[in-house]
Amino acid sequence: MNSTPKSFSEINSGLNSRSLTCVKLVNSYLENIQSQKDLNVFINLFEEDALKRAVEIDGRLKAGTAGKLAGMVISVKDVISVKDKPLTCASKILSGYNASYNATVIDRLLEEDAIIIGKTNCDEFAMGSSNENSFYGPVKNPVDKTRVPGGSSGASAVSVASDMCLLSLGSETGGSIRQPASYCGITGLKMTYGRLSRYGLVAFASSFDSIGIFGNNSSDIAVLLEVIAGIDKMDSTSSNEPVKNYSAILKNNIDPAKVKIGYAKEYFEEGLDSDIKNGILLQLDKLKKEGFEIREISLPHSRYVIQTYYILTSAEASSNLSRYDGVRYGYRSQNSSSLEEMYINTRSEGFGEEVKRRIMLGTYVLSAGYYDAYYRKAQKVRRLIMNDFENAFKEVDFIVSPTTPTTAFKLGEKVDDPLSMYLNDIYTASVNLAGIPAISIPAGKDRNNLPFGLQIMGKKFDEAGLLAMWNEIKY
Amino acid sequence: MESMNVLNSKYEPVIGLEIHAQMNTASKAFCGCSTDFHSSPNTNICPVCLGYPGALPALNEMLVDSILKMGIATSCRVREESIFARKNYFYPDLTKGYQITQFETPICHGGFLKINLKNNETKKIGITRIHMEEDAGKSIHDFHDDSSLIDFNRCGVPLIEIVSEPDMNSVDEATRFLQKIKQTLVYLEINDGNMEEGSLRCDANISVRIKGDKKLGTRTEIKNLNSFKNVSDAVSAEIKRQISLIESGEKVSYNTMTYNAKDKKTTATRSKEEAHDYRYFPEPDLVKVKVTKEKIENIKSILPELPEQKVMRYVTEFKLPSADAEEISHDKDFAGYFERVVSELKLKNENNYRTAGNILRTDVRKVLNDRKISISEFTVSAKVLAGLAESVTSGSISASASREVFNEILFGNTDDEQIKILENSLKKYSQVSDTGKIESLVKKILEENPEEVKRYKIGEKKLAGFFVGKIMQESKGKANPKIVNELLIKNLED
Repeated sequence: MNSTPKSFSEINSGLNSRSLTCVKLVNSYLENIQSQKDLNVFINLFEEDALKRAVEIDGRLKAGTAGKLAGMVISVKDVISVKDKPLTCASKILSGYNASYNATVIDRLLEEDAIIIGKTNCDEFAMGSSNENSFYGPVKNPVDKTRVPGGSSGASAVSVASDMCLLSLGSETGGSIRQPASYCGITGLKMTYGRLSRYGLVAFASSFDSIGIFGNNSSDIAVLLEVIAGIDKMDSTSSNEPVKNYSAILKNNIDPAKVKIGYAKEYFEEGLDSDIKNGILLQLDKLKKEGFEIREISLPHSRYVIQTYYILTSAEASSNLSRYDGVRYGYRSQNSSSLEEMYINTRSEGFGEEVKRRIMLGTYVLSAGYYDAYYRKAQKVRRLIMNDFENAFKEVDFIVSPTTPTTAFKLGEKVDDPLSMYLNDIYTASVNLAGIPAISIPAGKDRNNLPFGLQIMGKKFDEAGLLAMWNEIKY
Repeated sequence: MESMNVLNSKYEPVIGLEIHAQMNTASKAFCGCSTDFHSSPNTNICPVCLGYPGALPALNEMLVDSILKMGIATSCRVREESIFARKNYFYPDLTKGYQITQFETPICHGGFLKINLKNNETKKIGITRIHMEEDAGKSIHDFHDDSSLIDFNRCGVPLIEIVSEPDMNSVDEATRFLQKIKQTLVYLEINDGNMEEGSLRCDANISVRIKGDKKLGTRTEIKNLNSFKNVSDAVSAEIKRQISLIESGEKVSYNTMTYNAKDKKTTATRSKEEAHDYRYFPEPDLVKVKVTKEKIENIKSILPELPEQKVMRYVTEFKLPSADAEEISHDKDFAGYFERVVSELKLKNENNYRTAGNILRTDVRKVLNDRKISISEFTVSAKVLAGLAESVTSGSISASASREVFNEILFGNTDDEQIKILENSLKKYSQVSDTGKIESLVKKILEENPEEVKRYKIGEKKLAGFFVGKIMQESKGKANPKIVNELLIKNLED
């Protein structure tokens, strides 16, 4: 395998000294992708396009007209629309569909000369925690190929962990970036809801979905975030909160004496692997020694997170996925004799089991007679969970917890046990319910030498704080 | 069974309407696509209205302005915050598998409109709610034998839905209310009022009860009525059907009905058990619609004149009889033409206003009816019509000659031609007020009809009309009728 530069600043100095070109860089990534094909990372590889663009950008670098992201090679989870490329969402139902437009984040990063190397595998429509629910087959964890990389953005995490690109765009609805980051031993940042435009991100649960970034260090993510963040008139839920100069903020060191870190006791109860628990507590101890104030806080509604999350996300999903009906694009079942049969056959054949399970659950909780008992009640609990965080953030600046209760499990181990699969989201989903940002940072390894992550949750729009805290976590 | 007349006095129908009106904004409700009705199929489309993966709606603020106009014009309360909802169902021309609409919190609610009844009384019809939503595409089933086609141009076109209270108790009241809604929409310039092209559609909820009962009967809902005639025919057919059911001892059951204009019958299409469960829930892709007090004040300040206000103004400013004012202002464009005629009058006085109004209500209206055209297609310029009205008022031509002149003006293709025709015919028809000339005419007619003169003199006074007719005929309508009358009486009484 090729050794590729580990940071954007290393790439930049290579490009500046002419010891590196974008073409060379793209070729090394492509070789790494080829030599690790067994990981099943890419659904579509943009080999030719990426090289062609590399040549153009090398030209612009010479001419001094290149954009801010020249030399940044990115993989994109295949739930984000890239113009004229297939967009599969790892589902059979979108077979044959080519995107007719760029997602806003894609437009913005291409404008600044980033190179997209390909579209990564994931759980179908981002539903899953193992990347096994893919029409294009499961993805393997590079740390241990008998294990899952996590999901749903599993392959995005693997692409960064295995030097197939510098950064990757993934998406989150309940932990789909942080959990695979934790399982693969890298860092993943989930942004505040509304920080990045969702226009062009295929909807799973609209009021939860957000795009996020996998990377090797905070300054890389900061540079990319500065380019793609910000209000978008195409997404009404995008925020007009000014975009911070993350890179500049990161240059200043944190003064531990001014930072209060909370840990919620509810996140350290039963079900948490003891190695992970000890690892996270050890990290908290280190932070304390460095001068951070560590405070126990309470998030009293934590035990309702999973139920609330699955009711609300499935409800939204059941509606969001109605458009895949075989009428205008994608897969259509043949041999149907009526419209209704066409719908039934297309959707029965086109969607995988997990997606169908959620559509049925979501349809149920929105049905007449059940709406109040499930959907409306879950909305109220969501408000309580949001309040928990609002109250906690009056006392502390950050909340630290494990990212996941266990390390990566074996491929196939939980396929037939959706409930235990859902419990993977127990520490992450609350963040999406509350719409706050959070990051998963490598924090140690368990007895089997498998990595686990430490999660830091932050106040709304404090992505800069999370990136700065990353620099304080060492193991 | 008792005769229908008897039954009609025994039962009372209760009717509520749901009216869907397309808003004439330039672009669609949630994307920038054009709403042009006449574009070729599937040309006004984009990822948003086609429901492509990842595309998101963004609210067109002009839709909010439009619905606020209607809400304010119907005295509705306006919610400072309202939300959109999704109405979920599958149909090929519904691209997202759900319609974006408003459900629990319509932006406008609790208003009313007054309708004029036959007996000159007015009745207040409550408006439960007015909300925003998007239209679906159009399925075309009759183009190919073995497949259907879909035109997505209409997909995402903004609609408002106006839901009335069940305050109407006859077919007449229902059609008058619909008429009033249409008139208001057109006056506000937010809808073209064209039922035939589908920019205004109506569902009717109907139940019947024994007169005097407080409790409402079981209702049925007739969907998709697309003309005034269909509304009136369908509602009356459904009332009859329900009365007959009850009279024969059966019960009305809740059903969705369709109306077949061929056999004038309503038939059930869906029962309550088969009713769709639309699984409404808040639309997470859109933020709350916020309406500030300033916005409401701003809309109020730009609100066009409403029908009642126009009638009032015509009565006070132009001194028109209120019936004339109603008639002229019924159609906004017609009233606009009237106002242009008024502004062309050289002498602004009541007599001229009234004469202009009369010519419009009679002669102009007749041409529009005969030619089946609208006032916008009427070719005579307001300036020429003002000239004609002034000639009548000043007495230079008679009212009867004015019709002849009007008919001649119709032949003029341009303003200049029309003005020339007007000038020439004014000369031709100019009224004779020369008493000497008229007196000789009177004498001539009396001499020619000695028998009638004799009968008049022995008391058959109504023969005066006969003589006037003859004299006017002889003068080719030019003799001033007032002078004719005076001189005739003088000569006969002598």
